[in-house]
Amino acid sequence: MDELNSLMQGFAVAMTLPNLGFMLLGLLLGILIGVLPGLGGANGVAILLPLTFSMNPTSAIIMLSCIYWGALFGGAITSILFNIPGEPWSVATTFDGFPLAQQGRAAEALTAAFTSSFVGAFFAVLAITFLAPLLAKFALQFGPPEFFAVQMLTFCSFIGMSKDPPMKTLAAMMLGFALAAVGMDTVTGQLRMTYGFTEMLKGFDFLIAVIGLFGIGEILLTMEEGLAFKGKSAKINFRIVWQTWKELIQYWRTFIRSTLIGCWMGITPGGATPASFMGYGMARRAARDKESFGKGNVEGVVAPETAAHAAGTSALLPMLTLGIPGSPTAAVLLGGLLIWGLQPGPLLFVEQKDFVWGLIASMYLGNLVGLFVVLTTVPWWAAILRIPFPVIAPVIIVICAIGAYTVHSSIFDVIMMLVFGVLGYLFKKLRYPMAPLVLALVLGDMAESSFRQSMLLSQGAVNIFYSNWLVGSLMALSVFLLLLPTWGALKNLLRRREARAYLR
Amino acid sequence: MSDQEQGAGLNRRIPEAGVAALLLAAGIIVITDSLRVGIEWADDGPKAGYFPFFIGILLAFSSGWTLLQTLLGWSRETNLFSQWSELRDVGAMLLPTTVFIVAVPFLGLYFPGALLIGYFMKRHGDFGWVTTVLTALGVPLTFFLIFERWFLVPLAKGPIEAWLGF
Repeated sequence: MDELNSLMQGFAVAMTLPNLGFMLLGLLLGILIGVLPGLGGANGVAILLPLTFSMNPTSAIIMLSCIYWGALFGGAITSILFNIPGEPWSVATTFDGFPLAQQGRAAEALTAAFTSSFVGAFFAVLAITFLAPLLAKFALQFGPPEFFAVQMLTFCSFIGMSKDPPMKTLAAMMLGFALAAVGMDTVTGQLRMTYGFTEMLKGFDFLIAVIGLFGIGEILLTMEEGLAFKGKSAKINFRIVWQTWKELIQYWRTFIRSTLIGCWMGITPGGATPASFMGYGMARRAARDKESFGKGNVEGVVAPETAAHAAGTSALLPMLTLGIPGSPTAAVLLGGLLIWGLQPGPLLFVEQKDFVWGLIASMYLGNLVGLFVVLTTVPWWAAILRIPFPVIAPVIIVICAIGAYTVHSSIFDVIMMLVFGVLGYLFKKLRYPMAPLVLALVLGDMAESSFRQSMLLSQGAVNIFYSNWLVGSLMALSVFLLLLPTWGALKNLLRRREARAYLR
Repeated sequence: MSDQEQGAGLNRRIPEAGVAALLLAAGIIVITDSLRVGIEWADDGPKAGYFPFFIGILLAFSSGWTLLQTLLGWSRETNLFSQWSELRDVGAMLLPTTVFIVAVPFLGLYFPGALLIGYFMKRHGDFGWVTTVLTALGVPLTFFLIFERWFLVPLAKGPIEAWLGF
């Protein structure tokens, strides 16, 4: 039981007093971010990243990952009490959470939501504990072609599994790659697409893109929808928590189902949002009383929350072992690792044992502590939501600007953030997905270098991508996912043709 | 706003075509620049444009497809992008934000931030002067303490901060 030993050492790292303090601070900041509109997991972590530059990497990642847990918890509060999903992945929680709050059962709904978040995340962390070392050991044998194949698989699965139009998914992704290519080419040292601007030499930082796309874009959208906070208040006491916990045991099937969905969607980069919808949909399909869903069924809160947290947590598994994040927030955490000089990937488990196991241990602790923090502090967060929008909106814009500035202390970045913000608003309205854009921006350099190294190995022959069974099957799977949307379009076309022939 | 105007708004096809055209232009820029730095092999391996060239092609192809689809279905598109009133609300946010960002290079982050918060509270909320001024000054002051004092991360400062001695 190598893993258990390493994990115990990890607990020793995470349990030191300063680290516990950072954990608590991270959780509180995270819940705050999750509650406020326009600040979410991804851009919240991006904005707070510069604060951790002066800390040691282990404490920093513990605090950042706790911000992430906090944001996951916080999203549930606004969806249940205010019918406003603070995060995209808590949209499905509003379906049954808000009706419950309207019936005066807010405390029950909140307890159910937090508990299922905890359960989902807990099992995902278990999966990380035991799968990550295996995957890392396996990935140690990877060469450039294998890495490129895994990256290819990541991007093709976006096109194959996304609900957005495939051509728009492709366009968003390629824009990300193109922006990543701006600046100095790391291999030849040539300048690409800078057109004489010195600001462009470093290229576009994805943290700026994340803050603009998700932060400013979201505020503009919120403005358009016209926010009116009409919330229910909630007081949670121990008796209700205890009662709800006893009641929740009967939903064990939903817990298992949603956890599996979430882990799968998190490891393959489906992300927490589709996972939560899928968890909700599957629970409704399996339930005996389908009609009660959407009218205030506790199971309708349990299913999406469990799935969202399982997905959000397991997204860190490919990030740590392969250097490929499963979600935009995981991508920001990856960016943090790079800034502290830690190269995510299989070697991380060999060279930075303390760091990795400290992080995994902090996931267990962070979730457990988070559950209690959030259960005890709900009324305060609900009060924050009563601050009127004309105050919240400009404050969030200022926070975003500060966040964009601190990344490189560059004013040009602040201007780029606004450009990305407008782009984010347009993209969201026109159904261009943003996750592939961000991931392509993060992975662009890596994908390019593994592609070029593979090409060097084979002297330009493409057959290196099917030269052994591993690369071959990864590539075949990618092509299959890539062609998945065409299959659907083809079926539609045939059906329409048949219908027309029939009418004639 | 009159009742007739309710429901009137910007047709979806205009921003749809605009964004697709913008992405197409970006794709073409990537392709031409890749051709400039070279997409073939040098003695020591592929040149710098080798990989971005494919990216540019895919970007131009996918956005060109969307643009073509939009243009072909131009007269059939009846969906609204947004109502005019909604767009006005977005503008009410976007314009002051732009002014704020433009002011940052000259005045730093703190004072434009205070002005933005103050403007919003007065323009869109019904707050008294005291509340407005206290909030508008208090929030940047809090950020100053958090960033510059506790976490030692300097933010952009302008002449006013210099005059105050920071």
